[in-house]
Amino acid sequence: MFSRAYRSSVTVPPLTWVVVFLVVPYFLMFCYSFWSVSQSQIIVHSWNLDNYRELLRVPVYWQTLLRSMWIAARVTLFSLVLGYPLAYFLSFYAGTRKDLYYQLVIIPLWVSYLVRAYAWKTILGSEGVLNTLLQYLHLTKHPLEFLLYSPFAVVLTLTHIYTPFTFLPIYAALEHIPRNLVEASQDLGASPQQTFWRVIFPLSIPGVLAGATFAFVLSLGDFLAPALLGGPSGIMISNIVVSLFGAAYNWPLGAAISLCMLVLVVSLLFVSERLEKKWSFS
Amino acid sequence: MGTTTRPAESELTTPAITSLLSVRNIAKTFGKNVVLRDISLEVAEGEFLTILGESGSGKTTLLRIIAGFESATSGELWMGGEHLDRLPPYKRRVNTVFQHYALFPHLTVEENVAYGLRVARPAEADIDSRVEQALARVKMTTHAKAKPSRISGGQQQRVALARALVKRPKMLLLDEPLSALDANLRRQMQLELKSLQREVGISFVFVTHDQEEAMVMSDRIALLRMGELEQVATPREIYSRPATAYTAQFIGHTNLLRGEVRSGILRCNSLSWKTSLPDGSILLSLRPESIRLQRGALKSFSDDTVAFRAKVKQKAFHGATELLQVECTDGLTLSVRTASQGELRDELEWEFQTRDAMPVRESPERL
Amino acid sequence: MEFLVSEGTRKDSQPNWLFAHAVAVFFFLYLPIAVLIVYSFNGSGVGGFPPRDLTLAWYRTLFADSAIWESVVNSLLVAAAAVVIALGLGIPAALALDRAQFPGKAVFRRLVLLPLILPGIITGLSLLMLFARSQINLSLLTIVIGHGTALISVATTEVFAGLQKFDRAQEEASLDLGANYWQTFWRVTLPNLKLSIIGAALLIFTLSMDEIAVSFFLIGRDNTLPLEIWGRLRRGITPEINAISTIIFGFSLVAIVLWYRLRARGEGSSEIATELIETAVQGD
Repeated sequence: MFSRAYRSSVTVPPLTWVVVFLVVPYFLMFCYSFWSVSQSQIIVHSWNLDNYRELLRVPVYWQTLLRSMWIAARVTLFSLVLGYPLAYFLSFYAGTRKDLYYQLVIIPLWVSYLVRAYAWKTILGSEGVLNTLLQYLHLTKHPLEFLLYSPFAVVLTLTHIYTPFTFLPIYAALEHIPRNLVEASQDLGASPQQTFWRVIFPLSIPGVLAGATFAFVLSLGDFLAPALLGGPSGIMISNIVVSLFGAAYNWPLGAAISLCMLVLVVSLLFVSERLEKKWSFS
Repeated sequence: MGTTTRPAESELTTPAITSLLSVRNIAKTFGKNVVLRDISLEVAEGEFLTILGESGSGKTTLLRIIAGFESATSGELWMGGEHLDRLPPYKRRVNTVFQHYALFPHLTVEENVAYGLRVARPAEADIDSRVEQALARVKMTTHAKAKPSRISGGQQQRVALARALVKRPKMLLLDEPLSALDANLRRQMQLELKSLQREVGISFVFVTHDQEEAMVMSDRIALLRMGELEQVATPREIYSRPATAYTAQFIGHTNLLRGEVRSGILRCNSLSWKTSLPDGSILLSLRPESIRLQRGALKSFSDDTVAFRAKVKQKAFHGATELLQVECTDGLTLSVRTASQGELRDELEWEFQTRDAMPVRESPERL
Repeated sequence: MEFLVSEGTRKDSQPNWLFAHAVAVFFFLYLPIAVLIVYSFNGSGVGGFPPRDLTLAWYRTLFADSAIWESVVNSLLVAAAAVVIALGLGIPAALALDRAQFPGKAVFRRLVLLPLILPGIITGLSLLMLFARSQINLSLLTIVIGHGTALISVATTEVFAGLQKFDRAQEEASLDLGANYWQTFWRVTLPNLKLSIIGAALLIFTLSMDEIAVSFFLIGRDNTLPLEIWGRLRRGITPEINAISTIIFGFSLVAIVLWYRLRARGEGSSEIATELIETAVQGD
């Protein structure tokens, strides 16, 4: 139905941009990962697998990666634990206030990520709001050190950021469940709990998967929260990459790590997509 | 005239029939909206009762109150000596076939049918055989392992039926289950549902807006209008002895005639005949099939026949019959149903029996 | 699917714990924001409880801080440019995905949507390498390119969703009445996409103003606002940052209310961010 000219004019410009600014850069990253850096800080184009060997050999890299994955896993879990019941409440019990509550959940999303991370920093610090409050109430005598500059702070902050992100697809999935299915289930004798586990939850799984994947992948690659709040024990893989492109000046190694992250993320997306298809029933 | 608070309920002809469900003075208001006013009804065991009404009449609300998805604003429900409206839906021995079937998309046909049994007692060994039986009864055995998205609307409806019946409820509620089917399939399903009900022997409470469907399937019809029961009677009675003008018009076609009775003579436009009705204004319902072409030259006025001349203005062909619009000499237009014939001459002689002109009550506009 | 909202139905008694949980989550979500705002007026600085000395001093310092305002201007410029690029490429991309068949369409779709879910660091780094190899200096322009690339996906998703809701028959009617493809596009298709486009623009603008991960690697001499704040954070915390944060929050509030009104006018309850997440993860 659409003419050749129309079709090429809508496909060519975005396609070109995507090739130039996405495909080529990824390809470059791929290339860089096989190069190395000389003593005098010049990038040498000798093709080798040194970087990858280094990643496997030196513990700090894969240890940090594992720690990052562990942090991401906890963030995902907590976000789901916070987000799912909230979505369920809004969808099934909020009645006429549903829209209002929905807006209230969305608003923090629009507030700058940096701003929110910074806010947690001021709350969790040893002179921060929480510590001084606890001391003011005579619940503690000394500031709690673990609150800030620790994996705890990173997990807390990232959970705060990503809970609305897990909420959204779960809420959408729950809203899509026709209410007559709930009625049918009760009509056939299932109690509300049975109805939830046998009907509502299975049908909400695609939303849960989408939210969890999003939270996990983005937490994994985050460098802001660890930099602000993580301290030495909370360093994540992206912080290492950042320093390799900064002070530690080893672009090839940094590229190698980035490439690994890219592959990891794409694989996760692939798996998640498969699972979602398996669990969607429309 | 006054609004009716008691429906024109006809006596059950067999006094020995027991009442299964007792609806007593049920009323329902949504905010400012009064959807049901003072509904009282008995559903007998083993009967096929249809709640018939237009959209907005409150019929679905009534059904949902019986099922337990809505609570009545006032009034009571009693079933088998139990106060039904105190129970949540999953504790009532009543099951529903939903308008859009509400099959669980993530379960197979088999699992859908087994659902009600599984939530009750998961370890029961004869769940499988009961499910098989139920599927066989609705002829869906070959599709047992399919998912609902893969079967047709008519098939989904059968699965919904099986799912509800496998629990052996005391009463089955059906919320316009045939409305999504096309005409032929619908007619077929009407007969199947009817024979299924006979076979299973439990009460069916069927909700529809289609009066033909109601007449075909029901033992009794409860006609609901704007939240009140207009008439509750067998199809035959409701058709031949409609209580109100609304009933007469809603069920089948009719001619509504306004007349005056004075000293034993009923006058309606230029027509008149002797009557024993009291003086005053009156509303009559005259079914189109009661009006016939006059045979031969029988011009003698007998007391029980009314004759008149009228021109055929319009014809609607219905296959076996035709519905004609005829205009009398005084301008009164009547609908007449005759067997299909060819061209009719313009002005003809028509007649009807006086006993076919039934007096009906007014149906006042309700707020 | 008419049975989505049940009104006036028998409500199963609302579990109290569910309600308490919801309240707790809302509290958790808004706590940092509340603290931020309160302490921007706090005379004795960022920490400490209880806050005392209500003052506007920090706001005054803020307004005198030229570096911050320069970065604000930079951010605004970058955001505006990002909107232009993202929409300028995202609208055709959405049309292409909706209508055209071409080899590699599935791959194209994945690629366009990928930056949505990839950690920004990967997008930023890969572009850095590109600019380094091509000897292009880092500047606001490179940041613009970075934002544009990352945010095309947002534009594409929004416009695509708008296209799905759009009745194709309108275009057919237009063609039937004698308009050619271009006229149809300008006179029929585009006006129908107005709401989607405006919504996308608002979202892209906001995301660009807040963007750090990509910008971090592509920055030249001029800072954007988030990077300016970030730089200061490294040096130490001052309530001035609370002040600017509060102002940012204010603007975000306005933006989301605007956007929600737009969306509510278009269809029923909005799910754009949801669509973004689902699209990013599922790739469709």
